[in-house]
Amino acid sequence: MPFQRHRMPVGGLIDRSRKIRFAFDGVNYAGYAGDTLASALLANGVKLTGRSFKYHRPRGIMSAGSEEPNALVELRTGAYREANTKATTIEIFEGLKASSQNRWPSLAFDVMAINSLLSPVFVAGFYYKTFMWPAALWEKLYEPLIRRAAGLGRASAQSDPDTYEKATAFCDVLVIGGGPAGLSAALQAGRSGARVLLADENATLGGRAIDDGADIDGLPAAQWVSSAITELASLKNVRVFKRTTVFGAYDGGTFGAVERVSDHLAKAPTGQPRQRLWHVVAKQSIVAAGATERPIVFANNDRPGVMLAGAVRTYINRYGVRPGQRAVVFANNDYAASTVASLNKAGVDVVALVDSRETPSEGVRAILNARGTRLISSAVISSVSGKLRVKGVTVRTADGRTETLACDLVAMSGGWTPNIQLTTHLGGKPVWLDAIGSFVPGKLPPGMSAAGAASGAMGLRDALESGLASGSAAARAAGFTPAASVVPRVENDSSAFAPLWRVDGGRGKAFVDMQNDVAVGDIELANREGFRSVEHLKRYTTLGMATDQGRTANVNALAIMAGLTGKPIPETGMTMARPPYTPVAIGAFAGHHRGKAFKATRRPPSYAWSKEQGAVFVETGLWLRPGFFPRAGETDWLQTVTREVNTVRNAVGVCDVSTLGKIDVQGRDAAAFLDKLYMNGMKSLAIGRARYGCMLREDGMLMDDGTVARLGENHYVVTTTTANAVKVSQHMELCQQWLWPELDVQMISATEQWAQYAVAGPKSRGLLQRVADPAFDISDAAFPYMQSGVISVLGGIKARLFRLSFSGERAYEIAVPARFGDALIRRLMEAGKDLGVCAYGTEALGVMRIEKGHISGPELNGTTTPHDVGLSGMVSTKKDFIGRVLGGRPGLIDPDRPALVGLRPVDRTERLRSGAHFLGRHASATAGNDEGHMTSVAYSPSLGHWIGLGLLKRGPQRTGEIVRAYDPVRSGDTLVEVVAPCFIDTAGERLRG
Amino acid sequence: MRFNCPCCGERGAEEFVYHGDAAATRPDANSPTAMADFIAYTYERTNAAGVHRELWYHAAGCHLWLVVARNVMNHQIISVARARDVALAQTAQATCGAQSNGGT
Amino acid sequence: MAAGGYSIFSVLREALRGHTGWGPAWRDAAPKPAYDIVIIGGGGHGLATAYYLAKEYGEARIAVVEKGWIGGGNVGRNTTIVRSNYLLPGNIPFYELSMKLWEGLEQDINYNAMVSQRGILNLYHSDAQRDAYARRGNAMRLHGVDSELLDQSAVRRMYPFLDFENARFPIQGGLIQRRGGTVRHDAVAWGYARAADRRGVDIIQNCEVTGFRTDGNRVSGVETTRGFIQAGKVGLAVAGNSSRVAAMAGMRLPIESHVLQAFVSESIKPFIDGVVTFGAGHFYISQSDKGGLVFGGDLDGYNSYAQRGNMPVVEDVCEGGMALMPRIGRVRLLRSWGGIMDMSMDGSPIIDRTGIEGLYLNAGWCYGGFKATPASGLCFAHLIARGEAHAVAKAYRLDRFATGHAIDEKGMGPYPHLH
Repeated sequence: MPFQRHRMPVGGLIDRSRKIRFAFDGVNYAGYAGDTLASALLANGVKLTGRSFKYHRPRGIMSAGSEEPNALVELRTGAYREANTKATTIEIFEGLKASSQNRWPSLAFDVMAINSLLSPVFVAGFYYKTFMWPAALWEKLYEPLIRRAAGLGRASAQSDPDTYEKATAFCDVLVIGGGPAGLSAALQAGRSGARVLLADENATLGGRAIDDGADIDGLPAAQWVSSAITELASLKNVRVFKRTTVFGAYDGGTFGAVERVSDHLAKAPTGQPRQRLWHVVAKQSIVAAGATERPIVFANNDRPGVMLAGAVRTYINRYGVRPGQRAVVFANNDYAASTVASLNKAGVDVVALVDSRETPSEGVRAILNARGTRLISSAVISSVSGKLRVKGVTVRTADGRTETLACDLVAMSGGWTPNIQLTTHLGGKPVWLDAIGSFVPGKLPPGMSAAGAASGAMGLRDALESGLASGSAAARAAGFTPAASVVPRVENDSSAFAPLWRVDGGRGKAFVDMQNDVAVGDIELANREGFRSVEHLKRYTTLGMATDQGRTANVNALAIMAGLTGKPIPETGMTMARPPYTPVAIGAFAGHHRGKAFKATRRPPSYAWSKEQGAVFVETGLWLRPGFFPRAGETDWLQTVTREVNTVRNAVGVCDVSTLGKIDVQGRDAAAFLDKLYMNGMKSLAIGRARYGCMLREDGMLMDDGTVARLGENHYVVTTTTANAVKVSQHMELCQQWLWPELDVQMISATEQWAQYAVAGPKSRGLLQRVADPAFDISDAAFPYMQSGVISVLGGIKARLFRLSFSGERAYEIAVPARFGDALIRRLMEAGKDLGVCAYGTEALGVMRIEKGHISGPELNGTTTPHDVGLSGMVSTKKDFIGRVLGGRPGLIDPDRPALVGLRPVDRTERLRSGAHFLGRHASATAGNDEGHMTSVAYSPSLGHWIGLGLLKRGPQRTGEIVRAYDPVRSGDTLVEVVAPCFIDTAGERLRG
Repeated sequence: MRFNCPCCGERGAEEFVYHGDAAATRPDANSPTAMADFIAYTYERTNAAGVHRELWYHAAGCHLWLVVARNVMNHQIISVARARDVALAQTAQATCGAQSNGGT
Repeated sequence: MAAGGYSIFSVLREALRGHTGWGPAWRDAAPKPAYDIVIIGGGGHGLATAYYLAKEYGEARIAVVEKGWIGGGNVGRNTTIVRSNYLLPGNIPFYELSMKLWEGLEQDINYNAMVSQRGILNLYHSDAQRDAYARRGNAMRLHGVDSELLDQSAVRRMYPFLDFENARFPIQGGLIQRRGGTVRHDAVAWGYARAADRRGVDIIQNCEVTGFRTDGNRVSGVETTRGFIQAGKVGLAVAGNSSRVAAMAGMRLPIESHVLQAFVSESIKPFIDGVVTFGAGHFYISQSDKGGLVFGGDLDGYNSYAQRGNMPVVEDVCEGGMALMPRIGRVRLLRSWGGIMDMSMDGSPIIDRTGIEGLYLNAGWCYGGFKATPASGLCFAHLIARGEAHAVAKAYRLDRFATGHAIDEKGMGPYPHLH
């Protein structure tokens, strides 16, 4: 094939000095820098680019932009493969590889085109009416076949190797679209000093001013565009984003935009993402997104070589490509003038202008006359011949006569549809404008305006004028004073239009939605079956649901349905859109939040030391906590945990408990405040003492537990569970600021400011004495169980000491400012060597709390009451507190509620599992016999067998009873004995020392 | 959505956490109708199609609780105030009202 | 032809004559002056209720009144998932009944809604989560519902492309209900509408209820934009708008309206067989028979009637998606939509009488309404016809908040946006 034989010798904005090589379906081609894949393929005479979704009809390039329904390809290869990429939006780069999709074995010969023969059966909604018998065959046969045929391109099978990032931009005026209207708006607003952000989805600005090859101020539009760009670049307050699609309008003047940073390059430059997601916050916004040309619906209007007339002009004027040799222009409007002019310029033989109107305007006729081009008025194209490409058209005139014209290009124009999508995202209802046969923006969201073709101002001068006016108005609304604007000298092209939506009577399917293969017949069927509202129509036929968002289809479909029902178009429905305007890569929305960076990682203060020790970490919310610390020779986790538990029970262990929420509460009314939050009394807590406390939600269910320590007259430190640290802090703030603002109390979460270690075991005081400064007496007399106070350690580091015990042993929690946390763990471990100290992790912590029957996450599951977990004795009856009243509802005080018990296997060698349900010993496994579930289990090194906690109906009254722990999902069914929930040192002697 | 936080200025809604209806005030636990009052307070909502007064928390900012008047039909923010100020003003008004009622 | 059956034979017959013989799937009825029963809301639940009233309870003179077009609410705005993998005894039997009805739906209503049982897999990422799923799976098994707890290698065999290598929260395994799956959502509304229509139910579109008329404490009919319609009994099935409609009858409900967004990608060759939910982020996904990835996540988190959400949640959902299956990075998000959820105070629905005689309430479906459609219809029909709760819906009482019998699957308490 001769090199770019359809390239015009001159013209276009391509860089002819830079030849770019690329491959499509394995064939090598070349284009120029500035080409899209579509323009380069056309330059090389490639017309067949894909197959349609359902019928596998051959399809070519129809448009020149993001509205393209047909020319979808798989771009790049391997992990970089991108399905359904519009050839019309891909800028070619050296080495680009693309392939056609949804065909087998090849694009020109596609076996699945048999669907086309079956198309009389495969009409809209046919599957709702069949594939029902026999029922079992749906999953086994019918659906697998449907799924095999489903989908267009193939997604990459590998992880996306590219990176994405997110950014936020603020501006006074956001201008969406860099065509003539958008450029004018940006210039006008920018000149006033307003911060302007101009975004355009294309690689180059100028829009239709360039595509149509018009003149502005007596010069080619490209020159006006270029000087506008130069001026914008000179304004410090203006930022221009090319290759950036504003895809969504959100609340509060926020817009979503995606910048394709590297998609036009073979590879993203080092340090650059593939795409960047922008949150744009704009005081004012101007939608200058242009318009999309509509096809006319006639038989075989989907054949490769049938193109939108505007796209034909774009390929000629912007890319210097002749999309064909012999063209028939088919239009219902005066844009045909510039189409014919462009074709003439490109040296394409214009066989005829088929105009559905009786008389095209003077301008059109003048252009035709200049070259003696034939006009066939009051006429339509009734069908197209040719399969893999257009070979000719049948033209039918009003009197019914037909004529066949040979051609290889049909340039059709059914009029233009303003791109109003962004104006409807926030619920703005568009209004119908007969003059252009389309919807235009109606009432706009606050701060938004529309300009140019997007607003229904279809002519070039109208666009420039409305752009300048919108720019001025937006700048003024944002507090700036724009100068008077001067409209460039330009001829307003005529946008005269007379509706023609469909042509009947041709042989072959007439497509409305090309990509989803929705033809006129499908709309007629939908009407016949009562699916007439636009939403029913779309859903029943899948019209407008394809990757082009139905941009070329929706208005035609509405008009055709209106014609069938006899209702006006606006009563038939509206074209409301939802984000995104064009499809956006999921990766762009995710940004860097994937893999290990999916969520932030919080590391406790002992993290570095623990890592050195070879700790195995576990995720606890965002925290990475040491789960256990394996030592040489230990072969499994249970061995390690057992050793850690035994060390604590017999000597001393240290555990990082910094992840517990720590909230500092101060103020004259702090005691009164805490009394309202906790179900048990806090007012009576003496200075220097600590107390276990539970908070309820207002509905009477347990919210969280922890300790309250009183450090001074008006100073408390409360702890929360790790899981609820943020929630409780938020709750306390709400109580303080909203429920009881009159109380004199202040608080702050200090979770991250303090490193806190549990030092537990019979030798814990001995160890602490080695790090505590000698001035402080921590003898049992001075520092008994549940004492708290401020001391210093390691020679003057301020520390908080609490004598608390989760493990059941003599134990302390020592807190130092977080920056000393690393030093303290190292000193504790060093100082305790001869005492046999070990570090223990969350596993051993969990084992010991289960041995002691302390509740934790599995018991604090949001549906348990104080009574359920054996804490009803703590509930104060003397005061109001959150949850008191509703805690008294019948359902919460029902004695039949499952309540906390301990459990041990009857056969002590058996393992227990949390999540098992309890059944009576001889009860059958049915829902009616379900009596609760095992909440927590552990292997108890102290007892030498597995133990569990559980919530069992009337549990505390059933001590000694044997029940089934039924765990069918793990094939478990174990007899367990109900015992008290505390397994060791029930008298609590050890923790008091 | 963007809220004009009285402490931090205008910020995106993603920094804030919604809590619930600010229309209801917590009932008196010692009232003879306390149970019914708390049930209504905790569970029943007007949920009107229009402007709601809501509690929001500036979680990724100043930790202020805010009372936000917001139109739930179109997400437009009508006003943002410190919850504390609103609560104190309500108490003052209630006290004031009670006194004047007492006087008549 | 409206009464004609759907089958491969009727489709082939019509294919030979250009499909000109099909009639309306349901009549576009005009309101009559009086009905025995008026169901407000032409969504899935309302249409199913009308169908079962006619079919199972022998009721005649039934109308469904819909303010817009049928199926325009949440039955047309969801992620099409059906499952009965619930935890609590108040919920499991109800959703299992729904599952069974789904399994026989197409033959029952002569409409292929593409009930596709390709399994729903809930992933777990920690021991605690595993045990919570075990508890759930065991509860399901006790109710005779299928469930299996899978380990990591079993999950990897099913979905080898999940991120097993570099995950922030490594996948440990999952709970699978193989009978779970998806249903073509719009077809459910259309199928029930057609089946109800064939049993004489009037489906009245573009008829908005503007008020209730009562006779003493008994409902006597509804005022609508198309005039007064007398009714012996009125059923309210307008999830998303329950508070607004109930307010016309003077009721305040334990419900807030919240927006839930969902998303669909461009159509790509299928590679995700069933439904997968991420256990460490707000993300779940399936792939439709057309090839689109259908996915969603958390509520936007604020009250709304606006049927649209904001970008932070879009990002949150896609972050979850990329964390779970990083191969979808280059797949493009094609469409988003927002549905208005009747978020009840405990995350579970209400099917009950009201304080007004003859007025029945079906509400509070949170984001679980779609899968409930058949059982909701059947149980609501039972309640309306018999005046008492269906055996599997006894827990869905309106007074359960007052009595302290909340059905709180997630344990989040009276905060609708957290359920």
